[in-house]
This record gives sequence, structure tokens and C-alpha cells, in this order.
Amino acid sequence: MSFNLLVTICLLYVVVLFAFAFWADKRAAAGRVGWLNSPLIYTLSLSIYCTAWTFYGAVGYAARSGMEFVTIYLGPTLVMVGWWVLLRRLVRIGRTQRITSIADLISSRFGKSNMLGVLVTLLAVVATTPYIALQLQSVTLSFNVFATTPGANLNQTAFVVAVGLAAFTILFGTRNLDVNAHHHGVVMAIAVEAVVKLIALLAVGIFVVFILAGGPGPMLDVIAASPIAEQTIRPERWTVLIGLSAMAFICLPRMFQVMVVENSDERHLATASWAFPLYLFLMSLFVLPIAAVGLNVLPAGSNPDLFVLTLPLEFDRNTLAMLAFLGGFSSATSMVIVAAIAVATMVSNHIVMPIWLSRQQGGATVSGDVRHVVITSRRLSIAALLALGYMYYVYSGGSGALAAIGLIAFTGMAQVLPALVGGIFWRGATRTGAAAGLTVGFAIWLWSSFLPSFGDASLIPASVYAEGPFGLSYLRPQALFGIEGLDPLVHAVFWSLLLNTAAFCLFSLLSFPSPLERLQGAAFVNVFRYSESAPGWTGGAAEAEDLLMMSQRIIGASEAQALFAEEAKAQGKLGYLPDVTPAFLEGLERKLAGSVGAATAHAMLMQITGGVTVSVEDLMRVADEAQQILEYSNQLEAKSQELGRTAQQLQEANEKLVALSVQKDGFLSQISHELRTPMTSIRSFSEILMRGETMAPEERQRYSQIIHDEAIRLTRLLDDLLDLSVLENGQVTLNNGEVQLDAILDRAIAATEQPDGVLTISRDRMREAISLYTDSDRLAQVFINLISNVQKYCDADDPELRIEVGDNGSRKIVDFIDNGSGVSAEAESVIFEKFSRGTDHRAAGGAGLGLAICREIMKRLGGDISYVSGQSGAAFRVTLPAAQAAAA
Amino acid sequence: MAGATRKQPMFLERESYRRRRLGDAARLVPFTGLVLLLLSGLWTTTAGAMIYIFVVWAILIVVIGVLSVRLMPLTEDSDEAEPSVPPER
Repeated sequence: MSFNLLVTICLLYVVVLFAFAFWADKRAAAGRVGWLNSPLIYTLSLSIYCTAWTFYGAVGYAARSGMEFVTIYLGPTLVMVGWWVLLRRLVRIGRTQRITSIADLISSRFGKSNMLGVLVTLLAVVATTPYIALQLQSVTLSFNVFATTPGANLNQTAFVVAVGLAAFTILFGTRNLDVNAHHHGVVMAIAVEAVVKLIALLAVGIFVVFILAGGPGPMLDVIAASPIAEQTIRPERWTVLIGLSAMAFICLPRMFQVMVVENSDERHLATASWAFPLYLFLMSLFVLPIAAVGLNVLPAGSNPDLFVLTLPLEFDRNTLAMLAFLGGFSSATSMVIVAAIAVATMVSNHIVMPIWLSRQQGGATVSGDVRHVVITSRRLSIAALLALGYMYYVYSGGSGALAAIGLIAFTGMAQVLPALVGGIFWRGATRTGAAAGLTVGFAIWLWSSFLPSFGDASLIPASVYAEGPFGLSYLRPQALFGIEGLDPLVHAVFWSLLLNTAAFCLFSLLSFPSPLERLQGAAFVNVFRYSESAPGWTGGAAEAEDLLMMSQRIIGASEAQALFAEEAKAQGKLGYLPDVTPAFLEGLERKLAGSVGAATAHAMLMQITGGVTVSVEDLMRVADEAQQILEYSNQLEAKSQELGRTAQQLQEANEKLVALSVQKDGFLSQISHELRTPMTSIRSFSEILMRGETMAPEERQRYSQIIHDEAIRLTRLLDDLLDLSVLENGQVTLNNGEVQLDAILDRAIAATEQPDGVLTISRDRMREAISLYTDSDRLAQVFINLISNVQKYCDADDPELRIEVGDNGSRKIVDFIDNGSGVSAEAESVIFEKFSRGTDHRAAGGAGLGLAICREIMKRLGGDISYVSGQSGAAFRVTLPAAQAAAA
Repeated sequence: MAGATRKQPMFLERESYRRRRLGDAARLVPFTGLVLLLLSGLWTTTAGAMIYIFVVWAILIVVIGVLSVRLMPLTEDSDEAEPSVPPER
């Protein structure tokens, strides 16, 4: 098979991938996502975990160390089957927090700290570099297998592959600008490649087991007979490698990209939890047989990393070899594409953009600029990353075993794990702790694992390995703290992760988080309880339309449109949408602040412009304003309660007024009647008198008497009304003087004495001997009224009145108690009102003004009159004026 | 936080109880798997270890497959009834 044919097939394959990606992107753009968004595609996209290292390297690893290769797949298997513990939480956080990369996750969790973002990004760049180098190496080696001239310049091939991959990735991975959108095209291409590499490896495996070895049974014999059989499992490496691969599976930037960022549905995780382990199971099923047969069949000294290719070629299965080559090529390209996208996103978001923004005066408010900067920085990052990978490949000698390089990258990325797991399960984890842990882990990894990987003496002098830097023997790269004899990998993993975790925990415990950190910590740890919906805006550009939509919601459609139209007019534009200039935003913010408060308006504009994340100060201000609003609403509530009480009182007053009005109406008709009755009799009798010249003198006398009596009755009624009116208007003049209570009572009783003398009055003269300073006539009037009321209304057969004098502490009181049936409860409240009368109209001599007058008089005199219920009959209590009583 | 926990009933209905235990089972799987896989070192022959590892692997896949299918409805909207971790430390 010619090298040119190989290159042609390779290019064709790339074109097919392009077609798939293009088709998927178009489909997604047309909204027909359908099965592009299926659990199957998600599972297959996870297969970028299996890189060229897996495809070629696993066999080499198995040939060198037996079953140990499988640890690289067992770790991820355990993570996937444990999806309910960790991945589900991670995916939910990624979706609710709009996480764009693992650096973003760490930065976001620890108070949106860009310092941590930069740290993780640096770690990712440094750890991804060897991995890229690994892919270059494997593709280069595989090309070389087919090369007609063995021993051709490997570096040159690697360079061409690197440039090709860079171009490929830039075209492929930066087609889509939006970080938050899903890369349907890329994911589709990865899925296709996943299928290709699985089929390729299975095909080689089946060929080896069933054709070369002659079936599973003989296969086991071959394994038992091969040098692999002597490789026993070393427990410490076994354990460390399972843990390491599990950690790397979570932390590798490309894995995080496909697993969390590209995840569109949590249920896909449920399917992937068994489907992806199954994929890994199939990928590793034939690794050991291929290694055993390779060692058995191929000449000694051939590179075991290439058995997957060289075995079919040895038996002239060119098509199978071609398929295997494409499988390896797929593994390398898909890994490079996704890793480059993931790391380039981190670099552009956490390193380039902050620097660019700090150099721009107005901030990122103009849309086009940001997109331009993002895409340029991402393209440059991809190119730089591949350049770094190529340089690593050249300087590391290009000969190290694939597995060893891969494990170095794993150990590097695993340094993020303590901060990540701590961040999503422990609210007490702080930025200081995360930074300390990452720094310590990063440093130890660089010293004990990354730098030594360039070869024994290329970067670190041999003397440092033997004696430590500056003769400090406890800092020897592969024997830290003087502990020797550990496997270098176990040594690096153990010390870096142990000290990383220790620093993370210690500094977290000792430091105090900022408000935003605590806010984010709560949101991450309690993601299942407070799953708020993801914010609706997409990062990047502020559109006048978005701003208008938001403004309309806040200040009303017509006003917002008027505001925007005015601004557009000022800018010399037609229509409603002005250019989004900083000045306009400032004005708009002020306008919105009038409705929702300054802090919220600011935060909302920040959201739409997407320029800078909300600062702690903003949040605190929002909190302050919320607090003020709360206080204000509390005040409002108190006021409304007060209003409620007032309204209640008003209603009661109104009811009373209505009742009084009804009573008054009733009385007006009553009084008309009262006036009319005497008037009628006066008129008729006076008519009789006018006409009756022949009338006997006795008759005339009698009629005149009637007219006279009726006139007196009328006068009395009018007097009462007049009296009350005078009293109520306060126009009364009091003739105060020194008087004796018993004298007034005597006067009152004498005035009311009736000829028949039915009423019995009992008194206690001893107690009545009180001298008062008051208007004796008025007080007598009250007493007279009360006594005559008894005469009128007391319904007992043998009416009796007790007049008792007492005192209620400070003031003297006089009770008038009869032995009648008293006043009914409902009448009690109105008996002192004007025009009210007792129900018994037998003796309706008065107009119902008596008690009202009494009350007015007592008020004027500075005393009081009230009805006392619960006595033997009707009981009125007159409280005598206080000061005068005391003066006396 | 304690307030929110206190509001939950002390005992759950049979169905919710089963669902919670299903989540517990899913949490146990990776740890059980880890223990079983660490035992691979007991095999002295590579072929024996290989068979053992692949059998354990297959069992893990089947077990989590069965559990995941049943847990699927609990993801997304329906898991607010499921406090997955002790609330606050």
C-alpha cells in the first residue's frame, strides 16, 4: 500500500467528517435537533476519552505491564456507574450556572475569581500539551509504519500533522462562536469517529483472536505462554492508577467539555452510565490478546505501541490495517479537536478577555468587537496549543512510551479535583483554599512528574535527581521528603494530591469567604434544592432590541419605545432602535433605576451587555435595597393596618349616625305629631269659642282651660328644644354658687310632688349633707327630670325610688334607683340620645329630650350621668362635679 | 436549612421510600465496584485476572443499567423530593 494512497484516504476521511459535521450543524440550525440530541450521541461523544493513546498505547502498555492497562478504563467506569453521586450534580451545576469550562466552574464556584480561572487554565494548558504531543507522536508513528522509506524524519511528519490538525481544528472548532451553544457539528463528528475507532479495534481484535489465535480457548493459552503472563498486578500502582484515571476522567478539559458543557439533558447521563462503560469494555476487551499475539508473532524489538497496525500488515491484511490506521487517526483527531476547543475557550475567557477588557476603556458594550476578539483569541490559542504540543514532542525526545506521557497529563489535571469536589460538596471551601491547593499540587506535579518527563537529563540535571536542588536531598524530584523506592508515578500522584488536598482543606478552614463566594457556594452545594432556571441571555453582545425588550418590561412599552426612538433620533437614525453606546446605556440605566432601583438596573444592564460579571458591591447594594424595600413595605403594612382600624371606627360612627338619623326622622314625625295634637285641639276649641255666643260660662271656662293647657304643653316642648340647643352650643351661662346637696334634692322632690303621692322616696339625709359649688338650678333640673322619669315610667305596682349618695373614690355620686323593670339592653345605648323615649308611651308627657338635656347639663357642670345596669330596676348615676366637690 | 428539613414528613410513602433506596443503591455501585476491582490483585495469572476483571466489569454494567433505567424519571424536574446530600456542614 502506497503512502500517497494512505494520505488520500486520510483526506477523504476528513472530508467525510466535515460533511457529517456540516450536515449536523445545518440540521441543528434549522431547529431539527432530533436524534442529534440523543443519549447515544452523548455516549459516543464521551469516547474522546479513548485517544490514540488508548488505541495504540493500550496494547503497548499491556505488552509491557500486563493487565495494568485496564486501570485507565476502570477509573472512568467507576465514575460513570457512580453518576448518581457526582456527575449528575456536576451536570446540573453546569446547566444552572452556565458553565463553559472546568476553569469556569472553579472560578465561578469560588466567587467568580478570575485568579483561579487563570490558574486552572495554566494547569490545563501545561497538562494538555503532553497529551497533544502524544497524539502527534502516535499519528506520526502510524504514518511512519506505512512510509516507504523507514527512518524518515519523524519530526517533519509530526510538524505536518500538527499544522494539519491545527488548521482542521480552527476550521472545525471555531465555526460556532457562541460558547453556550452546543457544538452539534463537532459532537456529531466525534460520534462518527467513536464508531470508527470502536469498529477498527474490534475488527483487529476479532482478527487476532479468531483467525490468528484460533478462538478464545487457544487465545488464553497464548496469553499464558507469553511474557505477559509473568506480569502480576502491583497493588499500589493498580490502586493509584484506578483513582488517577477516575479523577482525570472528571477533570480533563475535553472530558468536561463533552460531559458537562455539551450536555443538554440530564437523562442522557443515565443512559451513558451503562453505555459508556460498555464502550470502554469493548475497547479494552481485545487489548491483551493483541499484545500477547503481537509479542508472540512479530519479530523481537518491534514497537508494541503499534501492534494494532503492524499485526494486520504482517499478515498482509491491508484493508484491516487501513481501518486500524483510520481508527487511530480518529482517536487522535477527535481528542485534539475537543481538547483544543476546551482549552482555547478557557484561554480566551480567562486570560485574553480579561486583559482585553482591562485595556478597553468603555468595556465590552459594543457587540461586534467582543465576538471578533473571542474568535481571534480562540484561533490563536488553538494554534499555540498545537505548537506547544509539537515542541513538547520534539524536546521530550519523542520516544517515551505513550502510556507514560498520558499518565503525566492525567496527574496534572487531577490536581483540580480536590477544589472541584470540595467546591460542590463543601460549603466551607474557599477561594484561598482552592488557590493554595492548586498551587501546591501544580508545583509538585511540575517538579516530580512534568519536568522529569523530558528525559533524565534534558531539563533537570542528573545531579538534582541524585542529590536534590542546591544539595537539598529531601527535594529530589522522585524522592520527595527523602522517601525513596516508590514508583515515580505513584510517588508524584501521592505527594501532589496529598499536599494539594491538605493545603485546600487547611486554607479553607483558616480563611473567610467573600459574600459572592458564599452565595456561589450555597448555589453549588444545594444545586438540587435551589435549581433556578438558567439566565435567558446569551453572553457576548448587547443588542438594542434586547435592551428595548427589557426596558419595556420595566418602564412600559410606550415609554420605552419613546425613549429609544428619541435616542435614535438624537443619533440621527430612523426607527426605534438606537446604537447601543455607553452614553445611552448610562442614560437607560438611570431611567430604569427610577423604576427598579439603581443596583438592580445596573445588574440587569450588566446581564444584557454581558460585559462584566456582577460585582460583590452590586450584589450587596441589591441586598441593601431589598432590605430597604422590606422595611418600607413593613411601614406600609403598619400604615394600612392603622387605616383599617380607622375605617373600622369610621364605619362604627357611620352606623351610629345612620341609627341616629333614623331616630331623628322618627322623632320629627313624632314631634310634628306632638305639635299637631295640641295645635289641633287649640284650633278646634278656639273655633267653638268664636262661634258659641250662647255658650254657658262653665263650658267656655272649660274650653279656655283646655286651650291654655295645650298651649302650656307646647311651650314646654319648645322650651325643652330651646334648652337643649342652648346647652349643646355651649351658650349656657352657669350661676355657680355654694349649695347643699340635700337642699337641691328637697327642691327637686318638692317640684315633682304629685297630689296622689304614689311614689315612695327613700333617702339618707346624713350622707346627703354635702356642700357643692355648682349651679343649683341646673342640678335641680337634672334631679327633677330623673324623679319625674320614675314617676312616668316605673311600672311597679308600688313604685319606689331610692336616692343613694356615695362616692367612687375621688368623686361623689348620687344614684336614683327605682323598683321597675328597668331599661332594656338595646335601649340602654340610646336613652341619652336626643328624641329617644322609653317604650312605654303611657305617660308621654315629654318629647324624649329629658335625659339628653340632663347629660348636656352634667357635661357643662363638669360631672356625668350614666345608666347603671344590673340593679333592682332602672338606675341612673349622677357623678357630681369633681373640683367643686373637693373645693367644698 | 434545618427549617426545610423539619418541614419534611418523618416517614415517606412507600413509593418515595423505594425511590430513595434506589438512589442509595446507585450510590453504592461505584464503591462496591472499586472494592471488587481492587481484589484483582489476588489473581496470580494474567489470564485469570483478565477474566475476573471483565466479569466484574460486565456485572457493573448490567447492575447500573437496571438502576439507571429506573432512576431516569427521577432526574430533571422530579428530584426535588430527593435530598441527595446532608444539607449543611
